[in-house]
Amino acid sequence: MIFTLWAVIFVLGIWIISTYNGLVALRLRVQNAWRQIEVQLKRRYDLIPNLVETVKGYMQYEQDTLQKVIDARSQAMASKGVKETAEAQSALTQSLGKIFMLMENYPDLKASKNALDLQEELTTTENQIAFARQYYNDLVTQYNTKQQVFPANMLAGFFGFQPSEFFSVPEAEQALPKVNLSLNR
Amino acid sequence: MFFFLIGGAIDYLYFDAFTAAGPAFPVATVFALGFATSTTLMAYYGGPDIILSSLGAEKLNLQLPEHRELQNVVTEMALASGSTMPRIYVIFDPAPNALATGTNEKNSAICVTSGLLTLLDREETQGVVAHELSHIRNEDILLMTLVSILLGGIAILSDWGRRGFYSSRTGRRLGSKNPLLFIPLLVLIALSPLIAQLLAMAVSRQREYLADATATQYTRNPRGLARALERIRDAGMPFHKASRGTAHLFLVNPLRRRLDDREGGLADLLTTHPPINHRIALLHRMAGIAQPSMESSTVQGSNVQRAQ
Repeated sequence: MIFTLWAVIFVLGIWIISTYNGLVALRLRVQNAWRQIEVQLKRRYDLIPNLVETVKGYMQYEQDTLQKVIDARSQAMASKGVKETAEAQSALTQSLGKIFMLMENYPDLKASKNALDLQEELTTTENQIAFARQYYNDLVTQYNTKQQVFPANMLAGFFGFQPSEFFSVPEAEQALPKVNLSLNR
Repeated sequence: MFFFLIGGAIDYLYFDAFTAAGPAFPVATVFALGFATSTTLMAYYGGPDIILSSLGAEKLNLQLPEHRELQNVVTEMALASGSTMPRIYVIFDPAPNALATGTNEKNSAICVTSGLLTLLDREETQGVVAHELSHIRNEDILLMTLVSILLGGIAILSDWGRRGFYSSRTGRRLGSKNPLLFIPLLVLIALSPLIAQLLAMAVSRQREYLADATATQYTRNPRGLARALERIRDAGMPFHKASRGTAHLFLVNPLRRRLDDREGGLADLLTTHPPINHRIALLHRMAGIAQPSMESSTVQGSNVQRAQ
């Protein structure tokens, strides 16, 4: 009789430990994924000045558009909080799209190697941001699910695990149209 | 562990070990154990590099824009799957194909032929890279290595079984039992390599489907991979450097015999990869596109989207 009692306590203890560890590990992975997004955003900020420099020489008459890009970039870097960041990011993408549209009028620029490289770099940066966000959201789903399913939700409440927020700003995303960053070759 | 037990069984039955009459040392058991351990360790640690050098894989040349694009695509997919960056190699061959090796994340590698880089655009390459990366994430290479070791082991053991069977000592012992017992034993010994082979092929095919599905989970875009498979199927070039042993690692079956393009019972059982058309159809179904073989006048299901 006493043996079964100890056995039950033992099994319960194992379950508590493994669930707690699983939740802690997931929480850390969620934080890591968030940092990844920030890394990607920073990468994009660093890339923009290169683009402007490359393009400036060819496009003397488009100074104001270029200026808009620089301003949008500073705005994005200064923004805080998820919603503001997302809006500033969209504005930046928009102005970049305008530059690429203008590049159509400058065949020398379009054909230059630098422009093609930069276009690839910007495409991959946008993709990397998108995939980093996707991974973050997937992890958040996993983490929140693990906290909220039946046996574990008692534990999660007891140890103080909070559900994480998804990275999504639906109003900002849906309001702005898609931007085409491809050069017609 | 498995080999240990089988080796012990053979020792007991055929070499009369553990009894006064047999050899003093359980030969077969130790041999089986050593054999299993050494092959496992070799395959686990050295496997990827051996395969890569045998296929003529070379490192990326970052001067070329295609290679830079490939590296970017792999970075994106590594981010989407939450894994570390694998090593990237290129094989200079016009046949479009891709492969992944690596038994754990640290020594994982993805290899792509130059033919594939020229044939496919960015979205399609992304689908292919996602497929390869998902092989690594699902630990398929480890699984298939273990399966092929077991397969080889079963073939060898069935060989030993057959030979031990005919030794005179055994004949005398087993002769005293019901002779009908011979028949299932013979059948099993003869057929076990074949059955094991079929099972291994089935496992390989299922993992290919799983990799397609996981790739879609990473890219959220089944059409990319579907279009890539269609283009590779239409290109129809076999990849000559691949051998039977390495064929299962590739994206599409590199050996490209006539057998692969037919879909029938026997053809399906003996290949490492599922039929390409079926893979494309499954991907289309994931995307909600209607199957081309169905009548155009009816709408199948609730989510038929023809336009983007």
